[in-house]
Amino acid sequence: MKRWLVGLALAASVSVGFVGLAQKTTITYWQYAYDTRVQAMDQLIQQFEQANPDITVKQETFPYNAYQQQVAASLPAGQGADVVQLYYGWLDTWLRSGYVEALPSQYFDTAALDSAFIPMVQAAKRNGQYYGLPTAVRSLALFYNKDMFKAAGIDGPPATWDQFVQDAKALTKKSGPRFTQVGFGIAPNGQGHNLLREVLIRQFGGQPYSADGTQVAYDSEAGLKAFEFYTGLVTKDQVAVLNFVPGDNGYRDGFIQLQNIAMIVDGSFAIGSVKAGAQFDWGVAEIPTLANGVKSDFGSFWMNGLTPNAFKDPAKLEAASKFLQFVTSPDAMKLWLNVVGELPARASLVDDPSLASDPVYGPFIKSLAYSHATQFVDETAQRQVFMDAVNRVVLEHQDPAAVWSQAAKEEQAILDKAQTP
Amino acid sequence: MPTPPPDAPPRRGRPRRRLTLGTREALWAYAFLLLPLAFYGFLRIYPAVQSFNLSLHRWHVDPAQRTFLGLTYYREMLSDPKLHRALTNTLLYAAIIVPAQLVLGLTIAVLLDAVRRLRPLFRAIYFSPYVTPAAAVAWVWGWMYSVNFGVFNNALIAWSDFVTRVGLPWLSIPPQAFLSDPKQALPAVAAVVVWQQLGFQVVIFLAGLQGIPRMFYDAAAIDGAGALQRFRYVTLPLLNPVMVFSVVISTIATLQLFDQVVNINFTDQGGPLNSTLSIALYMYQLAFSRFQIGYASAVTVLLFVLILVVTLLQLRLLQRRVEY
Amino acid sequence: MIDLETFGEARQRPNAGTVVAYVLLAVGSVVMFFPFVWMLLSAFKPIREIFQLTVLPHVWTLQNFRQVLFQTAFPRWFLNSLVVAGISTVSVLFFCSLVGYTLTRLRFPGRNAIFLIILSTLMVPTEMLVIPWYVMSTQYGWVNTYWGLAFPGLIPAFGVFLMRQFFQTLPRDLFDAGRVDGVSEFGLFWRIGLPLVRPGLAALGIFNFVGNWNAFLWPLIIAKSPAMRTVPVGVALFSGEASTQWNLIMAASALAIVPVLLVFFVFQRQIIEGVVLTGVKG
Repeated sequence: MKRWLVGLALAASVSVGFVGLAQKTTITYWQYAYDTRVQAMDQLIQQFEQANPDITVKQETFPYNAYQQQVAASLPAGQGADVVQLYYGWLDTWLRSGYVEALPSQYFDTAALDSAFIPMVQAAKRNGQYYGLPTAVRSLALFYNKDMFKAAGIDGPPATWDQFVQDAKALTKKSGPRFTQVGFGIAPNGQGHNLLREVLIRQFGGQPYSADGTQVAYDSEAGLKAFEFYTGLVTKDQVAVLNFVPGDNGYRDGFIQLQNIAMIVDGSFAIGSVKAGAQFDWGVAEIPTLANGVKSDFGSFWMNGLTPNAFKDPAKLEAASKFLQFVTSPDAMKLWLNVVGELPARASLVDDPSLASDPVYGPFIKSLAYSHATQFVDETAQRQVFMDAVNRVVLEHQDPAAVWSQAAKEEQAILDKAQTP
Repeated sequence: MPTPPPDAPPRRGRPRRRLTLGTREALWAYAFLLLPLAFYGFLRIYPAVQSFNLSLHRWHVDPAQRTFLGLTYYREMLSDPKLHRALTNTLLYAAIIVPAQLVLGLTIAVLLDAVRRLRPLFRAIYFSPYVTPAAAVAWVWGWMYSVNFGVFNNALIAWSDFVTRVGLPWLSIPPQAFLSDPKQALPAVAAVVVWQQLGFQVVIFLAGLQGIPRMFYDAAAIDGAGALQRFRYVTLPLLNPVMVFSVVISTIATLQLFDQVVNINFTDQGGPLNSTLSIALYMYQLAFSRFQIGYASAVTVLLFVLILVVTLLQLRLLQRRVEY
Repeated sequence: MIDLETFGEARQRPNAGTVVAYVLLAVGSVVMFFPFVWMLLSAFKPIREIFQLTVLPHVWTLQNFRQVLFQTAFPRWFLNSLVVAGISTVSVLFFCSLVGYTLTRLRFPGRNAIFLIILSTLMVPTEMLVIPWYVMSTQYGWVNTYWGLAFPGLIPAFGVFLMRQFFQTLPRDLFDAGRVDGVSEFGLFWRIGLPLVRPGLAALGIFNFVGNWNAFLWPLIIAKSPAMRTVPVGVALFSGEASTQWNLIMAASALAIVPVLLVFFVFQRQIIEGVVLTGVKG
C-alpha cells in the first residue's frame, strides 16, 4: 500500500517538475530489471542530474526474460528509450533492423575508446564504429563446492581438464540407474556453448571462426576433439547429465540450492547469486587447461547503445551522449562494481592488483586478459546450432564427427545469410 | 452500458409501411452490431492487415525504411526445415490434444453431473489446473518428468523392482527420459496441455448439460430409455452446439499453442532438437529474439490460413441446426 | 429450493453407476490436484526446501508471503489486474452475449459472413498484433493507462462464439411469443434471452477472467511505468538473469489464484441457478 502511495507522490512531483522546467531535456534509459542494477543506475542518474541540471533521465526497466520482446515491440512506435542496454551478442540483429545507431563521432573518439577499454569491447564495433559501450564485463570461471571436494578427499580445484574429469568422477554418485549427484553441471544453453566455442576449441589448438568472423573454422581436428571432449563428459566419462536439475537455471540451482552438482562453469554475473544463496564453503578458479597450458576464456558484456530516438534532435543527442559517457566512465564502473558486483570494462581498472588478488573476483579478472567475445550475427540461432549438436550426440547417440560437420554447415549458413543484405 | 440503437424505428405515431418485418429485424441487428464491429475493424482486423503487410517487407524499426520484398519470405518458407518441423509438430499436437480434451472433458462433466455429494469440491479440483499460472505449472511438471528425480521414474523403478521380485522381470520398464527424449517430448508436453485445459472443457460441458431442459430427459425416461440411450439420444444432440464450440475453440487454441511449450523447456524452447517446437513459438522466436519480424509475419499468415481452413472444415462437418 | 439433480443419481439409493462415478472422479482428482497442491505448499517453504522434492514443508513459513506483500509492489500489481479483469468482464458479458444473440436470433443479410469475420480474428495470434497496437497506443495516449491494458480483450471473439452457441440451443417460439407480446428487440435479448443463457454467461465470465488474469505480453509492453504492471508482469521480475526466486513465484501464484477461485465459485453458482430457470421455462 505504502509503496504505491509513494509512487503516486513521486509521479505527481515528477510531473509538476516537468511543467516547471519546460526547456529541460528528458531522456529515457532502458535496462532489464534487477534490484542491484536498478539501484546502481538510480545512483548514477542522481549524480548525472546534479552535474547536468538541464537534463532529466527517466529509467524504465523490464523483466529479464522478456526484455528483448519488449524492446522489439515498443521501439517501432518511435517512442521510448534513447539510451538502451543490450547484450553485445544481439548487436547484429538489432543493427540490421535499425534498433541501435553508431555512437556519434562528435562525442565519441573511436581511437581513444580502443585504448581505454579492454580488447573484448571491440565486439561492440562494426565497420570501425562503436555501437555501444559497457559499464561492466563478464568472463567465465569454475565455481566449485569446497565441502563436496573435502568429502571426496580432493584438495583443491582442478588445474587441468584431465584432473577435472578425475575429480568429477569422484564427485558423481548413482543410485540404481539414476544419478543422485554429478561432478559437473553441464549447461549447453547456459554457458556451455560459449565454453565449447571460445574455450575448448582454442585450447585444443583450433579457431572457432576466421579472423574476419565470416567463416566457421571449427570443422577441424582440433574442433572435433573439443566437441568430443565436451559431449564425452556426458557420454563417456558420465560426470554430467543434461537437464539434471530442471528449470531455466537448473545447473546453477543444483550447485547453489541442492548441492548435488559439485562444479559449474559460470559467468561472473552469477557471483551475486552464489554469494546470496550458497550455504556451504565454495571457491572460484580459472577454467582448467589441457596439458599444453593454453588458456582461453569467453568474455561478454551488456552495453549501452543509442536508439534512433536519441537522434531526433541535437539537444537530445547531446544529452544521451553525455549520459552514455557518464555511465561508462571510470567512476561509474567503480560504483557498478560495488553495488552490482560486476567487473569494470576499462583497461585502467582491470589492472587493479587488489581486484586480481580477490579470491572470488581474481580468477575472473585474470581471465579477462585471455577472453574472447564471439562476434555473433544471430546469437539465438548460433546458440541453437551448438545445443542441437550436443543433443544429437547425447540424446540420439549420433556420430560426433558427422554431427560436428553438420553443425559447422548450419552455422556457416547463418553467417552467410547475415552477409547478404 | 446498453447501446441505444440510433435508428430505432418509432413504436407509435405514423406507421412506417416501407419497413417490412424482416427489414426491421435487420436494422436492429446492424444497430446491435455497430459498436462491436467497429471494435473488430479498428482493433483487430486493421492491425492484422498491417501485420500481414509486414510480411511483404524487410523489417526495420523505422516504417519509412521498410523495403518491399514481395513474396520473398513466402518462398523462403518453402525451404525452411525448421518451419516444416514446427508445422508437423503443431498438427500432431492438435491430433492428440483436441480429441483427448473432448473425450475427457465430456466424460468428466457427465460424471460430475451424475454425483451430488462433493460436487462443488470435485468441480474446483478439476478446474484448479486451469487457473494455475504457467510458470508454476512448468516448474511442477518439469520436476515430475525429471529423469533422475521425477515421480514418474520413481514409479517405473518401483514397478520394475516389484515385477523382478515376483519373478516377472520381462515386465519391467526402465526409467524414461520424457522431456529429454526427442521422441517422447511432444506427447509429454501434450499431456500437460490436456491436463491444464481440461478445466475449461469441463466448465463448458457442465454449462451445456445444465442448459438442457429436464423435460427432455423426463420424456425419454417415460419412453423407457436407459441412461446410455438418454445420453445417446438426448444429451449428445442437444449438446451439439456446445461441442462444436469446444472442438473449434480447442483446435484454434492448440494450433496457436505457445505458453506451455515455452515454459516447460525453458532452456531449449521447442527442443530438444525442435521436437516440441510449435508454429506460434517459432514465430515468436523469429520476431522477438531474432528481430526477423517480416519473416515472422509471413509465418503468421501461414498459421492464419491453416487455422481458417481447419475451422471452416470443422464448422461445416460438425454443425447441425438445432431448432426446436 | 428446486431439486438440482438432472439424471443419474436418485436421492435414496445410490446405484452402481454412481459409485463408479465417485471412484473415477476421486482417482482423477489425485492426478488433477497434485501439481496444484504441490505449488500451493511450495509457497510455504523456504527457497532451499522448494528444491527438495518433499510435498509437505518441513518448516512452514509465511516469509514468502510477507516478502511478496510488503517488499514488492505486488499489492499494486494485484489491484491493476483486478481493475483490468473487472472492466473487461463487464464489457465481455454484455457485448459478447449481445453479438452472440444477434448472430443467432435475428435474421439479416450477411449474418454468416459477419460471424466468420469475427471468428477469424481469433486466428491471428495476438503476439503479432502487439506492434500495431503499441503504435496506436502511443498515438492516442493509451500507454500506461487501464484502457490501454484492457482494450484488446473487450469483446473477445471466443466469447461471441460461445454465446452464439448457447443462444442456438434456445427454442425459437420463446422469442416469437415475445415479439407478439410487443417486447422490443432489445427487450427480447435482455429480458428473455439473457436469463436463459446464464450457464453460458457464467462459463464466459470464468474464462474471460482467467484469460485476462494471466495475460502477459501485451501488459508487459503497454505498462512502461512500474505502477501499471499487472500480476504476471510483476511476477516475471522474480526471474532474473542468474537465478529465479521460486519461493516468491509460488507465493505470488498462490495469492493470485484467490480472486480467480472466488470468481469461479460465484459464477459456478450461476451455472447451477441457470438450471433452475431453464428447468422452469423449459
